[in-house]
Amino acid sequence: MSFLLVQALSGLATAATLFLVSSGLTIVFGVTRIVNFAHGSFYMLGAYLGWSLVERFGTGVGGFWASVVAAALGAGALGALMEVALLRRLYRSPELFQLLGTFGVVLVLQDAASWIWGSEDLLGRRAPGLKGSVEILGQPFPLYDLMLIGLGPLVLGLLWLLFNRTRWGTLVRAATQDRDMASALGVDPARLFTGVLFLGSALAGLGGALQVPREAVNLHMDMAIVVEAFVVVVVGGMGSLTGAFLASLLIGQLQAFGILVFPQITLVLVFLFMAVVLVLRPHGLMGRAEETPPTAPAALAPPLTAGRGAGWGAALLLAALALVPLVAGDYALIVLTEMVILALLAASLHLLIGLGGLVSFGHAAWFGLGAYGAALLVKHLGAPMPLALAAAPLVAGIGALIAGWFCVRRSGLYFAMLTLAFAQIVWSVTFQWYGFTGGDNGIVGVWPPPWAAGKAAYYWLTLGLCAGALALLRRAAFAPFGYALRAGRDSALRAESVGIDVRRHQWLAFALAGSAAGLAGGLYAFSKGSVFPTLMAVPVSVDALVMVLMGGIQTVAGPLAGAAVFHLLEAEVMRMTELWRLALGLVIVALVLLFPKGIVGFLADVLADRRRRA
Amino acid sequence: MSAANRLEVRDLHRSFGGVRAVSGVSFTLESGDLLALIGPNGAGKSTCFNLLNGQLRPDAGSVRLDGAELVGLPPRRIWALGVGRTFQITATFASMTVAENVQMVLLSRARRLFGLWRPASACFRDEALALLARVGMDAQADRPCGVLAYGDLKRVELAMALAGDPKILLMDEPTAGMAPFERLELMALTASLVRERGLAVLFTEHDMDVVFGHATRVLVLDRGRPIAEGTPESVRADARVQSVYLGDEA
Repeated sequence: MSFLLVQALSGLATAATLFLVSSGLTIVFGVTRIVNFAHGSFYMLGAYLGWSLVERFGTGVGGFWASVVAAALGAGALGALMEVALLRRLYRSPELFQLLGTFGVVLVLQDAASWIWGSEDLLGRRAPGLKGSVEILGQPFPLYDLMLIGLGPLVLGLLWLLFNRTRWGTLVRAATQDRDMASALGVDPARLFTGVLFLGSALAGLGGALQVPREAVNLHMDMAIVVEAFVVVVVGGMGSLTGAFLASLLIGQLQAFGILVFPQITLVLVFLFMAVVLVLRPHGLMGRAEETPPTAPAALAPPLTAGRGAGWGAALLLAALALVPLVAGDYALIVLTEMVILALLAASLHLLIGLGGLVSFGHAAWFGLGAYGAALLVKHLGAPMPLALAAAPLVAGIGALIAGWFCVRRSGLYFAMLTLAFAQIVWSVTFQWYGFTGGDNGIVGVWPPPWAAGKAAYYWLTLGLCAGALALLRRAAFAPFGYALRAGRDSALRAESVGIDVRRHQWLAFALAGSAAGLAGGLYAFSKGSVFPTLMAVPVSVDALVMVLMGGIQTVAGPLAGAAVFHLLEAEVMRMTELWRLALGLVIVALVLLFPKGIVGFLADVLADRRRRA
Repeated sequence: MSAANRLEVRDLHRSFGGVRAVSGVSFTLESGDLLALIGPNGAGKSTCFNLLNGQLRPDAGSVRLDGAELVGLPPRRIWALGVGRTFQITATFASMTVAENVQMVLLSRARRLFGLWRPASACFRDEALALLARVGMDAQADRPCGVLAYGDLKRVELAMALAGDPKILLMDEPTAGMAPFERLELMALTASLVRERGLAVLFTEHDMDVVFGHATRVLVLDRGRPIAEGTPESVRADARVQSVYLGDEA
């Protein structure tokens, strides 16, 4: 009994931190309608700043708390800076650009933190005056955690006062309700938004700085917390403070007791919880329906045309690629093999984004599921490669079929969050199911049989399979199926009223894209000889999105060019520097701000411009 | 063509919060009818349309097509049973050409939307062009819908609705945004379609010339309630209708 109570209390302490961070995220979302990936980075920076300041000044009670507050303010200032430099230019962009742009900031800050504080875990000083523990029904409980439990409701109360009793807070609420109306009333939106980003990021920084006495500060804190905060915000209802508070409490308890009941799948529990809440209560516990649907990419969608001679161009390219092994060495072939695989991954994601308008933030799940499907068959059943390669798209396709059933029930940002949740579920099962998947040791020794072991032979095999799959995807894009998918994206209302079952098309597209990504994953597994959980982690999903964006969303050839350029950049340029995350982050931000149509879209514009002048 | 084409609407109710948007609306629509649904802004016309095509679910009431209940079915099923619709704010597939928009509907009618092989642009192209010719849009068949003028979009909408081979056609402000002569032209076209195909049409309209020039019957709504129904002449003479439109002087 007393044990359960202590467990519940530690759940409350977790909830307090979660609430601090997610309240900031939800406030920022409420006003800007941007899901800020970098929010976790401000949490992490708050922790690092807090650590440095506490090391220096935190020996006394006053010094400690001053350090925590200063760290929070520092994180807030960075958030305000990001609003001025980046977000301000993205408010009218499609959500894909907003998500990616803020993810670019995540990468930049990660490298910045690693450059300043190093990659070692940092252990902080305990909070002066709160070092001991108290006995609760005979069980010891840390005093510091008890303080955190009190802090959660205190911050909720202060925020409530801020939003309901001050002029600034009222303006923020007005802007949350109706951005355009607020600016029509003479509120300077720019300053208001900067202020909101300051407040939201400061709350994240406060949450981070408060972790210093509890856990080691490290470079993985950002993604870990932001994904959890997403869950809290989505479960609570995006933009709702009380919802975030309620959801934090629920998820804190879920984690505290989940670890007792299902120690193997604690991570999964949280995401499953979110998926169930979203399906039952589409707008979260306390959320309201969006009055304006999230920006659809339809606005910038010109008609999809095959382009003259596209077929010949593709055949020529394929022939040229097939001849490469005659002149290139092994290393070039390895890079090229990966490039071809990534092209299939990007094209499969493009089917969802470009045609369906469905921004998936978890496409790596299906890539990874294909890779693991193949590798597990080889490891546990000794399956030959052809069988394993055939199973890859099947396994991934079935996984996507199941997840897709949930995901297509929501659209816009909620769809993105659901796909992210499912990817995290797949990732955490792989990561935690040690006996079956090998956990983070992965599975090694997944090599092709002798006939395909040569670099050239495997390259040809990859090229053949990927070209076939790409041809099928392209065919589907121009077939009635692809058109119906676009119809649902252009106007779901109209599509439904002429008999198109939009959801079913999206569901099928999800499964199709998943299985194509699975084939890419299977090929990737045999090309590397091993698979690791990182294959299905968030950064791979983001890589795929960057490839699609780099190539250009509204062209069928775009993702292929994007994959090629991205992989070249990654393999050849970025790896030369230690700070490749920083470089990638800057590339993403530049893409989002300067080349929103991507390479192929940009070239097409230039060509069209020239033709018009000629 | 089916023998009956009869839409029976009985005692339809729908509230939003405390507001009764549609309250006690009943009417019958038969082959050859061109029924105008009129009323001041906020009278419940668009809500009525949304209730009929399944976009909204009524709180009470029934809608029967040739005896089969439509209430509770999703829009795409109601469409499949033969109730086509055009929208007040045009909603076409902006990323497709005019012809492709119509082809989509023809593909849907033929239940071939899940085809993965044959290019969509080659399916039902001739049929689509024939329908576009009927509404005078064949010359613009290969233009993207996203760049069309508003009046032209309305015509594309009509072609899309016809492509579904409907028994009943619901037209929400079919001539809004058109020049006066275009309006009369479109309504004349609609009237001839009604005769040719044995259609039954329900339409809303703000232009009283269009209403009284083309409707076979008129139903007047005010604050969600039906206040008059009958031939254009009888409705025009109705004192209550006059007070609703001209202000209450009684």
